[in-house]
Amino acid sequence: MRDTVATSNLVEVEDVTFSYDERQVLKNINLVVPKGRVVAIMGLSGCGKTTLLRLIGGALRPNHGEVRVAGRAINRLSDDELFALRRKMGMLFQFGALFTDMSSFDNVAFQMREHTNLPESLIRDLALMKLQAVGLRGAADLMPSELSGGMARRVALARSIALDPMLMMYDEPFTGLDPISLGVIGQLIRRLNDSLGATSIVVTHDVAEALELVDYVYYMSTGKVEFHGTPDQIRAAGLPSLRQFVYGEPDGPVPFHYPAPEYRQDLLAQ
Amino acid sequence: MTGRIAELMRALGARIVNNWVWRLGVAIRFLWLTLRESGPSFRRFHLTIREIYFAGVLSLVVIMVSGLFVGMVLGLQGYDTLVRFGSSEVLGTLVALTLVRELGPVVAGLLFASRAGSAITAEIGLMKATEQLAAMEMMAVDPIARVVAPRFWAGVISMPVLAALFSAMGVFGGYLVGVRLIGVDEGSFWSQMQASVDFREDIVNGFIKSLVFGIAVTWIAVYEGYDAPPTAEGVSGATTRTVVTSSLAILALDVVLTALMFRGQ
Amino acid sequence: MMTRKELDLWVGIFAVIGIGAMLFLSLKVANLASFSSADTYPILAKFDNIGALKVRAPVKSAGVVVGRVSEIRFDNESFEAVVTLNVDGRYKFPKDSSAKILTSGLLGEQYIGLTPGGDSVNLKGGDTLKLTQSAVVLENLIGQFLYNKAAEGEGKK
Repeated sequence: MRDTVATSNLVEVEDVTFSYDERQVLKNINLVVPKGRVVAIMGLSGCGKTTLLRLIGGALRPNHGEVRVAGRAINRLSDDELFALRRKMGMLFQFGALFTDMSSFDNVAFQMREHTNLPESLIRDLALMKLQAVGLRGAADLMPSELSGGMARRVALARSIALDPMLMMYDEPFTGLDPISLGVIGQLIRRLNDSLGATSIVVTHDVAEALELVDYVYYMSTGKVEFHGTPDQIRAAGLPSLRQFVYGEPDGPVPFHYPAPEYRQDLLAQ
Repeated sequence: MTGRIAELMRALGARIVNNWVWRLGVAIRFLWLTLRESGPSFRRFHLTIREIYFAGVLSLVVIMVSGLFVGMVLGLQGYDTLVRFGSSEVLGTLVALTLVRELGPVVAGLLFASRAGSAITAEIGLMKATEQLAAMEMMAVDPIARVVAPRFWAGVISMPVLAALFSAMGVFGGYLVGVRLIGVDEGSFWSQMQASVDFREDIVNGFIKSLVFGIAVTWIAVYEGYDAPPTAEGVSGATTRTVVTSSLAILALDVVLTALMFRGQ
Repeated sequence: MMTRKELDLWVGIFAVIGIGAMLFLSLKVANLASFSSADTYPILAKFDNIGALKVRAPVKSAGVVVGRVSEIRFDNESFEAVVTLNVDGRYKFPKDSSAKILTSGLLGEQYIGLTPGGDSVNLKGGDTLKLTQSAVVLENLIGQFLYNKAAEGEGKK
């Protein structure tokens, strides 16, 4: 089959363009994620990073270009092939997206029950092990509504690694967490990646955490990859928009003031 | 002046096509998908059982109590009118036929739409808004097979049961008022009823009506939920639309079905 | 969150009372239980006018339901209505019994009243009743009443 190519990259995004109706969100994106690495995709809100994640997961199809996961072009897979591939991918959604009508344990066991014929006793052990890995084995019987934000996200993480995926994707995993939870999630991402032998993509705009954690960074702005490099390269970068982003400068290429008529005129006008 | 009217007509036409015609097409395709993915709803029947609990069992109280009240009113009003013609002994017939042919399926359908239909829409809409459906898809589980289809079948199964219960409670209510309270002869009440209510013509037709209503209401409920914009306003708008559209659909279908079934013997 | 056993229990209860309601409606409210497949034999009766008689109307004798009307046809030769009565096999009637079309109450439905004759031989399945009385049609009654009144008036003059 033409679209299985031997490569050391787990994910390859080649020349991808994507638009929602008329709005062009991604323009000629090129990106690779080597196996076993943790890669961050960073940028301001609306730069297209979540869309990119969806394209990699196969939830969206690019208008132009190709997305390859494990050497296979994801936009050309049949529904069955796509579902089979998704069982080897795990995704952590921004606020966890736990199923609210079942307990934490049932959430983690969900994929095992749906996709495998394992006996219930084995599923129980596996689910508890996953919860143990994120430190929440004691919360197994709690319902999602009884969990704090950080805990919910950790349970969702346990859920997404239930079938030991080869690719983990994280959509804004650090958003809205307290400092302790931030540290915990960051550690878990790295630890799970290494112990599962998986590859991880982290979409975030939390610069401090990301630069501590990842091996490589892609910086996006208005649908294009503006810069990419190791965390050190990112910190040392001279690109003004990147500097403003990394160091959180209030004014720079992204202006402080939203475009408005002249100040004096606005105040004096009736 | 005529330019403005033409403009208004064009806007109205566009609205009708975009909101109703196009959405109807999407809804039909959605129904097709739901039916196609219905295997798991029956192979893993516990999924459907769970939904029957939430749609059917939890509607029991409102349906049975309403049925009782409606039957009692029928008894009171019916007696009031019939006694003027000296025909109060046909009260049983009046109450039973009104309920079994019309009020049972229709009122139970309306109540079901408001209680269970809106709950289904809200639930699916919220699951969409909190990315639960997207998460399920990412885990290679089809949300239509797992979430939508069981709810659809639960509604279709529950509706006829609830309509029958409504009618039964209504007849009982009519009996309580007519025989126990007012004093219509108990023997005539039941015998007249049994002589006039035909199993095939009335009971079966009433059952068919409630089945059709169940399909319509549940279809609308799951579609509006699945299609709702993932915001607070989106979900609340969808819930309201479910109740309104279902109610209109029931009443419209009732006209068609009644005309077909009870064409005068 | 309910356990599966609890859910099953409640849905089971739901199904049971649902079936109970449907049985109640079919048996107590409708006429499913009576005369469905009882042993009956058909008797034919011809009428000039059946009025508002309908299929499934009761056939009563001495006020007791002994059968049902199963078919109403029109005889294009004699221009009469031919009504088939399914009489309960338990009841036998003499060959010279007669059938009348009666109305129950003012607003009531019409039914067949079977009056027994005195013959020693009984009706068999497929026999035709010799004596019948058609339904009373209101318009004819009014017309007759007016005619009688007019005749009376004439006579007095």
